[in-house]
Amino acid sequence: MSANNESVQSVGHGQSSTQKLSYSARALTKIYLSGETQVHALRGVDIDIPRGEFVVMLGPSGSGKSTFLNIIGGLDKPTKGEVFYKNRNLSLLSSRELTLYRRDSIGFVFQAYNLVPSLTALENVTLVTEISDNPMDPRAALEIVGLEQRANHFPSQLSGGEQQRVAIARALAKQPEVLLCDEPTGALDSETGALVLEALLAVNRDFNTTCVIITHNASIAKLAHRVIYFADGKVSRVELNESRLSPFQVSW
Amino acid sequence: MIGTLNQKLLRDIWKIKGQMLAISMVMAAGIAVFIIMFGVLDSLKLTKDTYYDRYQFADVFASLKRAPNSLVKQIEEIPDVALVQDRVVFGVTLQMPEMIEPATGLIISYPDHGEPLLNKVYLRHGRLLFPNETDAILVDESFFKAHGLELGDKVSVIMNGLKRKLTVVGAVLSPEYVYTIAPGAMMPDAKRYGVFFMSRRSLEAAVNMKGAFNDLSVKVDPSADTIQIKSSIDQVLKNYGGLMAYDRKEQISNFFVENELKQLNALGWLAPIIFLSVAAFLVNVVMSRQIATQREQIGMLKAIGYSDLDISLHFLKMVIVVSTLGALIGLVLGSWMGSGMTAMYTEFFHFPILKYSFSIEVMIIAVFSCFIAAVVGTLVAINNAVKLPPAEAMRPESPPVFKRGLLDRLKFYSWLSHLSKIIVRQLERRFTRALLSSIGMGCASAVLVFSLFMKDSMDYLLEVQYEVIQREDINISFIEPRSTRALEELKALPGVLQAEPLRQVPVKLRFNQYYKKGVITGLSSEPQLSRVVNKKLMPVRLPERGILLNSKLAEILNIQIGNQVTVEVLEGKRQQLQVPVVNIVEEFIGTGAYMNLTALNQLLDEPPKMSGAALLIDQKYAGVIFNRLKSIPQIVGLNIVSVLKQIFDDIMAENLLKMVTTNILFACIISFGVIYNTARIALSERGRELASLRVLGLTRREVAYLLFGELSIITLVSLPLGCLIGIGLAHGMVNSMESEIFRIPMVVNRDTFGYAITIVLFCALLSFYMVWQQVEKIDLVSAQKGVE
Repeated sequence: MSANNESVQSVGHGQSSTQKLSYSARALTKIYLSGETQVHALRGVDIDIPRGEFVVMLGPSGSGKSTFLNIIGGLDKPTKGEVFYKNRNLSLLSSRELTLYRRDSIGFVFQAYNLVPSLTALENVTLVTEISDNPMDPRAALEIVGLEQRANHFPSQLSGGEQQRVAIARALAKQPEVLLCDEPTGALDSETGALVLEALLAVNRDFNTTCVIITHNASIAKLAHRVIYFADGKVSRVELNESRLSPFQVSW
Repeated sequence: MIGTLNQKLLRDIWKIKGQMLAISMVMAAGIAVFIIMFGVLDSLKLTKDTYYDRYQFADVFASLKRAPNSLVKQIEEIPDVALVQDRVVFGVTLQMPEMIEPATGLIISYPDHGEPLLNKVYLRHGRLLFPNETDAILVDESFFKAHGLELGDKVSVIMNGLKRKLTVVGAVLSPEYVYTIAPGAMMPDAKRYGVFFMSRRSLEAAVNMKGAFNDLSVKVDPSADTIQIKSSIDQVLKNYGGLMAYDRKEQISNFFVENELKQLNALGWLAPIIFLSVAAFLVNVVMSRQIATQREQIGMLKAIGYSDLDISLHFLKMVIVVSTLGALIGLVLGSWMGSGMTAMYTEFFHFPILKYSFSIEVMIIAVFSCFIAAVVGTLVAINNAVKLPPAEAMRPESPPVFKRGLLDRLKFYSWLSHLSKIIVRQLERRFTRALLSSIGMGCASAVLVFSLFMKDSMDYLLEVQYEVIQREDINISFIEPRSTRALEELKALPGVLQAEPLRQVPVKLRFNQYYKKGVITGLSSEPQLSRVVNKKLMPVRLPERGILLNSKLAEILNIQIGNQVTVEVLEGKRQQLQVPVVNIVEEFIGTGAYMNLTALNQLLDEPPKMSGAALLIDQKYAGVIFNRLKSIPQIVGLNIVSVLKQIFDDIMAENLLKMVTTNILFACIISFGVIYNTARIALSERGRELASLRVLGLTRREVAYLLFGELSIITLVSLPLGCLIGIGLAHGMVNSMESEIFRIPMVVNRDTFGYAITIVLFCALLSFYMVWQQVEKIDLVSAQKGVE
């Protein structure tokens, strides 16, 4: 693993570098109340995610990576600390503004695909392009993930990998600035998993979309520009890959 | 055996307590209606049977002009006749001090020795009459109470043209007058119509009936042929001015009692069937969902060794808890409302005792049907889940299958937004369930239309009867037909603006094998006050020749315009005549026949006579006129139309209000139960789908549109459906109530639909609101996670 260990403190110097950041988190803390016990999901996280990078977040379950993803995705709010998306402080947005933020800027890919079962592949994509400002043609989005042939199939008629690729097409069709994926390959075998990752990498490469991906699978880290390790609610280290592998070179 | 499962059971129920409670309430409503209806039905029936039996209610009745007492023997000799009671019955007017208008009533002879053989009286207050007691009467209890009479009070009675003061010595009830209603009246009016009993000898003396009778009651052997007996009686009475004999079915009081029982029976079955079917459907939907969410648990339970039966029982227990709750609420509510309703009946039906009977049988049947509904609903749901092999059950369910359906092929979807597409496809996929939900909710609007339409029909009836047909202010009838010169006397009264003569002649009408006893009413050729109208409510002329029949009578006789009807006159010369039917008229009450008064008198070969009159008066003189009329001894009947109308209005308002309030409550329970459950289930089934759409950037409003769009369509479809079902129920009700004595027009105003729809929509909105609270709480983060 050839990685450049770089500590986090170097971010945030000067206006120019902030402009190139997608996200910048400072002392991000999240405490859940679970019954009578407090769960410290995040204990002061400082991260900068530059625009256009393919970022992988690794860490054991409960290490805080999903909570972090939910907060930068506008699904959840931090208990303390701040997170900026291109100079907008997400922690200050109302729930209505967060909805618009998700609608305009973020593409989500879930582990469980979460397609609308009553809509076809194409309609699932169109559902999102209808509500966004600058969408691509839904068919083109399906083409990117190699599913133009399956456009008129319902989710129940598609395999798991195909469903996930529809979900990616749905996420990228609105041309979001950021693609957030929680275990996108978690439910897939390695070959279909590779296809899905390939699709994500293509989006990152061709559209310069920032991709943040959570995974349990350490080998996926080799595809990333940047690997963020979570442990115990904190970022334990950040690695930068100088040379990245293609998904088909990665052993699972 | 499965103790821990019971723990789970209670927790599961607690989780969906709202839905469970909604179902319990629907069940409770069904059980309550059942208990009310059958409780009252049972009470009424039992009381009636006992009363009729103990107080020797007669089987056949006849009235006549006058016959010597010796004739009774001939009647007794008719085969199968068990007992004969001859009486003297006379119409009277009473001058009650607190009323400006006279009251009318019947005075019936009471034997001087011993009790009556038939139609015995039940003594409520005071004492019975002494033999040959003069100037004393027994008064029927409702009249007694309506006037606040006390024993020893004197009342002024005009009998046969003579005014007498009679002392009230007792208040009584008679099986003949359980429901006391003046002839031709639409509603009972205890203040203005009473029944009195007087010593036979004193009455004979007062009305010149010494050694004679004019009324017969007959008890027949149980196996007797009543029709045969009636015609034998008619034969014997023919020469004594006999009006046709009739049996219990045609006896007014009994008719109303039986009619009420018939209706209670019909409603008692219908309403619970509606409620319990809705409950069964809701149980099925909720349990299907329960089982679907617990699919993996079921697989696990089976894997660790619980049998299919254990698991089925587990889910059955869940509905048994719900049904038990519903049954308990229903029993309490039903018993409470049942006693209230029974109390309402005692206002109209006068029995010695009428108590609401808590019939155990009725309760058992009610609770049992409730359980059946719940168990059937559950078993259908359980069946599929329990059959699954454990391994398969533990795997997460694959996405629900959607295919390109008919609507896709029709390109229907191309005009819809994607959100709308989701709604329509959901509906298309779950078509049966959506349809059943619509029907279930439709039941709510149906119940409302059904209970509200009665008011429309009654208003219509009232309007037609008193604005179109009977336009007079007062109508009076004489003890005997009088010369038409009497009309001039009436016209001469101060304040009488208009007076029209009428004459009523008792007849038997016959056409082929069909016949009907009735009255021909003679009217002026173009009456302005007491009119007859056709189907379109246009007044009809009475031509010089021919007879007009109302449509019910025409139906009974199977006769049409142009046919000749045979008229057997039952008074005077008792002619038999052939008269052509010249028109059919519409009426809600009775089986009327009408002729031109002049033509009628000529036909009877009599000088111009009238038996009553309709008056239009100047209201300023009302007091004077009533006073004058009260003192005209020949007048035995007097109706003030505005009072009739008022009574009708009051009775309908009071009773309809009670019924409508109850029904609105029940309808709300149904619609709330159906919509709330459907919405909660949709939310539970599609919570994750909705959450992930929220994550993708759909607003709450858009997500709510998805959920409530579907429910709104179900609701909207339910409205016309419910109105149609309601109209159907109303038709059934109107048809079941149709009789020779009374017919209710089928009228449903637009307002009624409006109210029904408004109430259902209100319930829908309330449930939407409650479910919306849940939508607000959708956990966006949960959408991120995989299938649990």
